[in-house]
Amino acid sequence: MHEMALAESVLGIVEDAARRERATRVRAVRLEIGRLANVEIEAMRFCFDAVTRGSVAEAARLEIDEAPGAGWCMRCAASVPIDSAVDACPRCGEYQVAVTGGTQMKVKELELE
Amino acid sequence: MCTTCGCEEHVHDHTHARTVHLEENILAKNDAYAAENRRRLAARGIFALNFVSSPGAGKTTLLVKTVEALAGRLPVAVIEGDQQTSLDAERIRAAGAPAIQINTGKGCHLDAHAVGHALEDLAPERGALVMIENVGNLVCPADFDLGEAHKVVILSVTEGEDKPLKYPNMFRVADLMIVHKTDLLPYVSFDVDKCIGYARRANPAIEALRVSSVSGDGMPEWLGWLARGVGEARA
Repeated sequence: MHEMALAESVLGIVEDAARRERATRVRAVRLEIGRLANVEIEAMRFCFDAVTRGSVAEAARLEIDEAPGAGWCMRCAASVPIDSAVDACPRCGEYQVAVTGGTQMKVKELELE
Repeated sequence: MCTTCGCEEHVHDHTHARTVHLEENILAKNDAYAAENRRRLAARGIFALNFVSSPGAGKTTLLVKTVEALAGRLPVAVIEGDQQTSLDAERIRAAGAPAIQINTGKGCHLDAHAVGHALEDLAPERGALVMIENVGNLVCPADFDLGEAHKVVILSVTEGEDKPLKYPNMFRVADLMIVHKTDLLPYVSFDVDKCIGYARRANPAIEALRVSSVSGDGMPEWLGWLARGVGEARA
């Protein structure tokens, strides 16, 4: 499962930061996941719980901010909101929309003690 | 028990809890390995492609036919990704090109770290074409940059023409789409133009070729596309 690999990457980033900050425990992890990213949020939560077991982030609260999708409509020459990479432009109804935002997957911040 | 945070201490201050801002890309480590692969490939004028598709779209067959067509004209090396077995690498070697198999075990995609080591072992010569066949999967490999020049997505006509709508992310990140097994078009209900139109909803800039590895239709166009890429990589 793809979210398992992503959760492992998250744990790596969290462990590096915890070591750097000399933290003894990670209380919370806040992610930012774009609406157009290849991530199933529920699968991500499940995998995060699984991979953090026995680590400094065991039982940490996982907060996920969803970021909106955005595209550039070539016909309208305008930035438009979209919910999927194959959405039509909400202004002109055509499919000449290139994805410009909402694919990000980031670890935004940690709560440490 | 403290009612604020649930800890066992009766008297304490909360300064021991602190927030650290990171803003770090979850794929940062993979992306760093990919950037290093790309730098090394560029230094040697090597054109590298990352082939992605569902299982059974004919990736290995297309690679075998490509290796055979380029024999004696262009140095070619192949990295094969599968969860298990080295069957695909053996097929490529039998066709006449050096190949390394990466077994991902339970992993559903190749990552840039494993590909970097495979490139070291394979040591492709200057100006070569390197073809990387990813694990058959239209979802996960979309996220993992390997350091390639382009992702090439292969879709066979025995699959649904609506696959680009179902798996838009892969078509969004690919630069070329190959509609494969076109020799079977008389036997299946598959509208090629419609399929390409769907792919362009995900990625208006995606190029498209129609190829049959069996009849050879479309192979000259495919080899021409490769030759242009190799020329640009060497320049």
